[in-house]
Amino acid sequence: MLEQTVSILANEPEGGLYSRLVLRAPAISPRVQPGQFAHVRVLPMKEALLRRPFSIFQASGETISILYKAVGRGTHCLRQMTPGQELDVIAPLGHGFTIPAPDGPTPLLVAGGYGMAALYLLAERSPRKGIVFVGGRTRGDILCEREFQALGWEVRVATEDGSQGHKGLVTEPLTEELRRGAAPYTLYACGPTPMLRAVSRLAEEFHLPAELSMDEHMCCGIGACLTCVLPVRTAQGWAYQRACTEGPVFDARQVLWEVPR
Amino acid sequence: MNLAVSIGALRLQNPVTVASGTFGYGEEYARLLDLNRLGAVVVKGIRLQAVAGNPTPRTAEVTSGLLNAIGLQGPGVDGFIRKYWPFLRTLRVPVIINIWGTTVEEYAEVARRFDALEGVGALELNVSCPNIKEGGAQFGTDCRLLAQVVAACRQATRLPLITKLSPNVVSIVPYAKAAEEAGSDGLSIMNSFPAMAIDIETRRPRLANVTGGLSGPCIKPIAVKLVWEAARAVRIPIIGMGGIQSAEDAIEFLLAGATAVAVGTATFYEPQTALRVIEGLRDFMARRQIEDVRALVGAVRTGR
Repeated sequence: MLEQTVSILANEPEGGLYSRLVLRAPAISPRVQPGQFAHVRVLPMKEALLRRPFSIFQASGETISILYKAVGRGTHCLRQMTPGQELDVIAPLGHGFTIPAPDGPTPLLVAGGYGMAALYLLAERSPRKGIVFVGGRTRGDILCEREFQALGWEVRVATEDGSQGHKGLVTEPLTEELRRGAAPYTLYACGPTPMLRAVSRLAEEFHLPAELSMDEHMCCGIGACLTCVLPVRTAQGWAYQRACTEGPVFDARQVLWEVPR
Repeated sequence: MNLAVSIGALRLQNPVTVASGTFGYGEEYARLLDLNRLGAVVVKGIRLQAVAGNPTPRTAEVTSGLLNAIGLQGPGVDGFIRKYWPFLRTLRVPVIINIWGTTVEEYAEVARRFDALEGVGALELNVSCPNIKEGGAQFGTDCRLLAQVVAACRQATRLPLITKLSPNVVSIVPYAKAAEEAGSDGLSIMNSFPAMAIDIETRRPRLANVTGGLSGPCIKPIAVKLVWEAARAVRIPIIGMGGIQSAEDAIEFLLAGATAVAVGTATFYEPQTALRVIEGLRDFMARRQIEDVRALVGAVRTGR
């Protein structure tokens, strides 16, 4: 992990509330592993103190990029920033995805909305191509479909309003594929917690390994404050583990969805 | 130029430490900054047994501040010694261990356990955590209990004792005096302030614990006032803390009467803060030809 003040190369709208941010970060970029995140201090924001965590979408050459949705104070402020302005970044952080083995099971990626961002580097660096299942409320929530196709991955889209692809939840076309059972699969998922939980149930039902990128409210991002904890199964029973350090990617079998009583 | 200060028998190379609970067990930040440049490293609160901590959400950002109710999640004395002490003992700066218990006897037992551990710099008695039902703040808001905790720890160890006081009292003076009289070598002022925030869309409290402790720049003036009041009432040194983000903030605490300071919440958003405070303090002293940092301690001019 490095802390660096980096400059914005591009910050462009991707439609709707989504934007794509490109940063010049030559020291950080080569260190990024799929599924890791950047903890960003939006410097113009004076009264909102905390850094904001973002999955690293792409990392190549001297740049890293982030795909984000303007949902709160931090991301709205970030959206107003322009090329040449600076951000302070701590990255890369966290424990990411395991890169699929060349002769291992077919990787199936499952994304909800901008969860796609956390899966791109995995698809890029995987020696085996597979299928990306992506879901959203409407077609505007389906991001970077073309980027995944350009890597040679098949993309299957689901939207809740039926405006693109299958009408319904992303887990429906996924279930269909798993029922077909053509090959052994490994699942990799990033998205809202209910989607991750559904993927975890499917993994259990079909006896498949799954890695989930857990979305937790975060504060320091480096393991000190114990804000972003979730209950995880351990040899002794269970323990709170940190999404920023032991995660954000966890083995689905380890994640407990409720705190045991 | 002298930056060194002492808290009882504990000597600090400079007056800038970190606040317990904001610096993990040190090693989390070791990859981002050189811990050996700090005045001391202060670790998160430890009790005898492991503690699971509170449910989530545990923190919430508020205007110029942070609300937290972590619930003192921790590995217990044995877990701490096994997991974190091997790294901490390699540091060349003092390590201050923050301890707590649910009874006077437990505080003393934890103090005894650390007394037996080679290389501990000092113990900070946490009698002021706002987020723990038993233990924590109950000892910090009752002068008689506070004196009992400090006296029991004083009997249990020869290590320097620093008592971390609660801001949630009518006057801090009797608490500062009670800790001094019971044998505390120093005071940490202050812990976070009990507070609450509500999400108006969901109508839910923003913390699972409902209430929490407020920290960050918004509490600094409260902390400066408490340090000033306590400093006039006791002879033992004070570590001032509450919202420090810059050398200027730290100097305010020194002028109010703090011998040393701790950077807390700011480390979460800017890990280099403590080191920048040290550099800024050095620059300030050089500009004003102040030879000894101790000349700033209590130098506020309150008369006409």
